[in-house]
Amino acid sequence: MNRFAELLDRLSYTPGRNDKLALIVDYFRHVPDPDRGYALAAMTGTLDFRHAKPAMIRGLIEERTDPALFRWSRDYVGDTAETIALMWPVRRGVNRVPDLSEIVEELDRTSKLDMPGRIAGWLDALDENGRWALLKLITGAMRIGVSARLAKQALAQYGNLDVAEVEEVWHGLAPPYLDLFAWADGLAARPEHGALAPFRPVMLSHPVEEADFARMDPADYRAEWKWDGIRVQAVSEGGVKRLYSRTGEDISGAFPDLIEAMHFEAAIDGELLVVRDGSVAPFSDLQQRLNRKTVGKKQLFEFPAGLRVYDLLVEDGEDLRPLPFDERRARLEAWVAAQGEPRIGLSPLIPFTNFDDLTDLRGHAEAESIEGVMLKRGDSPYLAGRPKGYWWKWKRDPFLVDAVLLYAQRGSGRRSSFYSDYTFGVWKDGALVPVGKAYFGFTDDELKLLDRFVRDNTVNSFGPVREVTHEPDKGLVLEVAFEGLQRSSRHKSGVAMRFPRINRIRWDKPPREADELALLEKMLE
Amino acid sequence: MKAFTDIVCPTPKGLYCPPGDFYIDPTRPSPRAVVTHGHSDHARAGHGSVLATKETLAIMGARYGADFTPSQQAARYGEKHRIGDATVWLSPAGHVLGSAQAVIEAHGRRIVVSGDYKRRPDPTCAPFEPVPCDVFITEATFGLPVFRHPDDGKEVAKALHMLDVFPERCVLIGAYALGKAQRIIKLLRQGGYDAPVYIHGAMEKLCALYESLGVELGDLRLTKDAVKGEMMSKIVIAPPSALGDRWSRRLPEPVNAFASGWMRVRARARQGGIELPLVISDHADWDELTGTLLELSPQEVWVTHGREEPLVHWAGLNGLKARPLNLAGYDEEDGEGPRGDNLKSAEDAAGEPA
Repeated sequence: MNRFAELLDRLSYTPGRNDKLALIVDYFRHVPDPDRGYALAAMTGTLDFRHAKPAMIRGLIEERTDPALFRWSRDYVGDTAETIALMWPVRRGVNRVPDLSEIVEELDRTSKLDMPGRIAGWLDALDENGRWALLKLITGAMRIGVSARLAKQALAQYGNLDVAEVEEVWHGLAPPYLDLFAWADGLAARPEHGALAPFRPVMLSHPVEEADFARMDPADYRAEWKWDGIRVQAVSEGGVKRLYSRTGEDISGAFPDLIEAMHFEAAIDGELLVVRDGSVAPFSDLQQRLNRKTVGKKQLFEFPAGLRVYDLLVEDGEDLRPLPFDERRARLEAWVAAQGEPRIGLSPLIPFTNFDDLTDLRGHAEAESIEGVMLKRGDSPYLAGRPKGYWWKWKRDPFLVDAVLLYAQRGSGRRSSFYSDYTFGVWKDGALVPVGKAYFGFTDDELKLLDRFVRDNTVNSFGPVREVTHEPDKGLVLEVAFEGLQRSSRHKSGVAMRFPRINRIRWDKPPREADELALLEKMLE
Repeated sequence: MKAFTDIVCPTPKGLYCPPGDFYIDPTRPSPRAVVTHGHSDHARAGHGSVLATKETLAIMGARYGADFTPSQQAARYGEKHRIGDATVWLSPAGHVLGSAQAVIEAHGRRIVVSGDYKRRPDPTCAPFEPVPCDVFITEATFGLPVFRHPDDGKEVAKALHMLDVFPERCVLIGAYALGKAQRIIKLLRQGGYDAPVYIHGAMEKLCALYESLGVELGDLRLTKDAVKGEMMSKIVIAPPSALGDRWSRRLPEPVNAFASGWMRVRARARQGGIELPLVISDHADWDELTGTLLELSPQEVWVTHGREEPLVHWAGLNGLKARPLNLAGYDEEDGEGPRGDNLKSAEDAAGEPA
């Protein structure tokens, strides 16, 4: 348990993705089975302990500490689980530290009645960090900034495997993943998944650039809308129905409405959207349905989920992935027509003769729920990962606004000596109101210049945040690019940007010439 | 019978002893001062005379110049000094090199001003010696039961583990220049680490002073004399204010570490952008504070700087008479947040050009 606690501790403080990977790989390398498998399960969210709940743990500490001291401590620390971990009274002589596997197996086996005693026994044996990790593990709120995808990536890196292959076998396997680690260690062949309705690694596209078009013959390509939803895979085989995210996470639990609509024997690739009366709602509606383990009646009613399908991977047990796109498309169209299911609609092909036809369509696509156009070669097989030359994404030009830099905050990790997070604002009634925050889009050299500007033009410091000069004739204008706008009651300006980034630094432009809030409000209409 | 406050009483300038007419760790210039240790919130320049250990006087001299006071009086531990109608002697406090508790005797009573102290072993200074007394004046920097400092050797081992995991980076440890920095270097040496340790310019003078006073620190090199590549997979020690400062850009992708008792609380470490919190403190943790009070069981406990209220509450629960003193002018540990929040400019304090 100590090694696992140390891993969680390190991950919780390490901002960089590659550094997190290095830490997890190091853990897999040094910790034996079955502990490392349970750690992988914990990081991928595959563990669930029914009988251990936060209220019960709170009861344990109340029996053991003075209430006033607990209250002062809780106020100081700011997190109940952490406070309990830190102030749990030490019992000398209880020092056999349990293994992670022992804890996981016991948690699964122990009855509700015996659970408090079991957990108290472990808390007695662990140190501060171990107790913190145990409480995080039990309550399932790890908050260590590791996605299931990242954990699988780490396993792939550890075993020198292709992460797509790990994802493909994943859903047939269970903790502590002995066969997976045996494969990673080169001691056994790739595990065969006997499970029904597994995830198939998805095919991804490349962004298309101006220069690419010269090498592309429009006749070779098919065009579809690029929907502003989330990419999913819907699989129904032998009565097992699952909805996967594009990284292979099982999100079925949050979409019972869609699962019920899956009366087929197939694996399909498509976009998950909120669809009302046949038309696609904006992304902000879909957000109401995301990142939930379960869903309430109200959400099901107000934000009904639907699919726009664009590829057919398996039909009645036949793997269509090696077939060319055009053949799969013909099968897909027939398949959708046969479904007669209102929640499952076809993502249409957009007719065109040359790419310029699409520039028009692309620019004028009014629907808020379209991000751009996809271009797919008619002869492309369905390949895992991001193969070159088959699929392209052609995003609509972003929205641009000239805003004024108001505040800058230091970054974290390797950027910790730079002011790299920028809050910017636009004019409203002669004053600047903040409209967003961006921390990328610039080069390393531009970052140095921005950092220099912040340091030389600071008017106020608040801890790690600096307020920067922003007067009509003195200050810095940033051209900010973003993908869309939403109304927001949390922001003073009343608007929130999607995916804002610094597009250009307008050293030449005085703040008085920056945009007005009215411009953004117009975009909302 | 005189009251205890006739022997030592709190004033706006710090603790005052009327029978001896002197202050202990006065926060403003005073005619006569007894100084418990060299940290700048306790040891200030400009007093008429200073009684302290030889090490504390040397530290003050190194920081303020040899003329920080017209009259220096070096006291050995246990050596009694008569000042007016009071007798004063110093007993080790285990906080930093030269740190002492001030033991004050007058009117047949004994009051101990602990200054800052800790109870666990520290390879750079003499261990705390408990002195039975009528009144014990304790600090309460970590006066909450969430503060229990772990084994310092294991904390230092975490930093060494990071060197293995990230061979292309260095581990930059923010540590107060007096005491904490030397203790960490010594712990590294005791753990068998004998590679060069790179130090920021602000550490140079005090490390040299520690060595001249008999604390050997091994191979130390200045970061300003080093090239980036040679510091990969090495330990670098700098004042906390240098973390995330432009100065740190000369280092190879530093893992920002901070050695402080505050690092026990995650929110505190995160606020400072710390990647590797090291819970190493020169102050007593909760168990040491409460254990010391039980061990001494004085007639009265007076609690100064820190979280007075919880410790006073605990003392009440355990049958000890206690009260808070609410003294002003003493910093919390090290006087520096992880990012030197209380410094006007981190660059000014770093003592080395960016």
